[in-house]
Amino acid sequence: MSPLVQLAAEEAENPLIPPIPELVIGLIAFVIVFGFLAKKLLPNINKVLEERREAIEGGIEKAEAAQTEAQSVLEQYKAQLAEARHEAARLRQEAQEQGAALIAEMRAEGQRQREEIVAAGHTQIDADRKAAASALRQDVGKLATELAGKLVGESLEDHARQSRVIDRFLDELEEKAEATR
Amino acid sequence: MSADPTQTLAFETSCHLFDGCGFPAPGLHSFLFKPLWGDADSNLYFNKTMLLALLGSIIIVGFFWAAFAKPKVVPGKLQLVAESGYDFIRRGVVYETIGKKEGEKYVPLVVSLFFFVWMMNLWSVIPVAQFPVTAIISYPAVLAGIVYILWVGLTFKRHGFVGAFKNFTGYDKSLGAVLPLSMTIELFSNLLVRPFTHAVRLFANMFAGHTLLLLFTIASWYMLNGIGIAYSAVSFVMVIVMTAFELFIQAVQAYVFVLLTCSFIQGALAEHH
Repeated sequence: MSPLVQLAAEEAENPLIPPIPELVIGLIAFVIVFGFLAKKLLPNINKVLEERREAIEGGIEKAEAAQTEAQSVLEQYKAQLAEARHEAARLRQEAQEQGAALIAEMRAEGQRQREEIVAAGHTQIDADRKAAASALRQDVGKLATELAGKLVGESLEDHARQSRVIDRFLDELEEKAEATR
Repeated sequence: MSADPTQTLAFETSCHLFDGCGFPAPGLHSFLFKPLWGDADSNLYFNKTMLLALLGSIIIVGFFWAAFAKPKVVPGKLQLVAESGYDFIRRGVVYETIGKKEGEKYVPLVVSLFFFVWMMNLWSVIPVAQFPVTAIISYPAVLAGIVYILWVGLTFKRHGFVGAFKNFTGYDKSLGAVLPLSMTIELFSNLLVRPFTHAVRLFANMFAGHTLLLLFTIASWYMLNGIGIAYSAVSFVMVIVMTAFELFIQAVQAYVFVLLTCSFIQGALAEHH
């Protein structure tokens, strides 16, 4: 090809004038790409991206929920612990009080029993003393009468008179004893 | 047009320095392909760029199908890569410019645009293909056309006829006497220049990139004779450097294309002030 012919050919073909068949094929080629991407593939991936975003946010939400739950459980546990401590202290206090009351009660009971025993002892002693006194009075009376009878040489038969004399004597003795005390 | 029907590569392979043939410089003919099927003179033909365009579509759909057809909440490696690409466009471009609430509707379009443009650009450095599909104006033009129809339509829908006119012309009473001039320029700039530059920006970048790559590749081959081998080596290093640079530019241009798209949509939705 001679340079001149080539030049002429090139001048005829302005590179800025688009050949029609290439325009058509270009349009078709682009429509193929656009059709597939816009109708199927990009909606596909958008759905998955949305799912992924939700999955990530869901995970965060779950973690937050778990944390708040853990927090509330911890608080509950702490409250229970405090309550248990309080209860234990209360029980201990109560036991102490009860123990003290019991001891006091037992002490009072012991005291009471002791007093009873002492009182019974006194009564017994009193009774014994009275019995002894009356027995002694009779014995003393009898001995004195016998002694007097021996001294006098005859039996003092008048009982009524006799006992009145003895009694009067004994009363005098008692009065003396009283006076000397 | 490359009238030589036997040409399979972008240049003559038997031509070297000191062989008495001139440097087969790359040019417009490097961007013309004889049809694989049909007749170039009629409008019924099928050529390499069309094949690459359709193949690119299949690759993108295949990739996203493999990644997103059965997506999992805990992603695999492929899904993770695809997700990060998707997320980058969705949040880094759409939400940033249009906002989350209004922008959500346009995410599929913008994502499709980005990956489509990027794939078409990437063909430039993929062995055997080695031609950026977007270096043929038709492909950027059809994409820019779709975006143009969308944002103009949106402007009318959002603001009504008068509102849309004010939006297109940047109507502002405070400009006073300059207003007619300003309105004319704005109208011209928004409705005519904007879609044109939107398409041509991408096209020209890819066109220039491919030409540069061709230039150094052809030079490496052409100078591979005698003392020229030393120069050839330098040229080959440039091929490597330019390939790396092109990889960067391809991604940047795809990004710029969708960023502008979003900015147009945002302008159409914004309240006029």
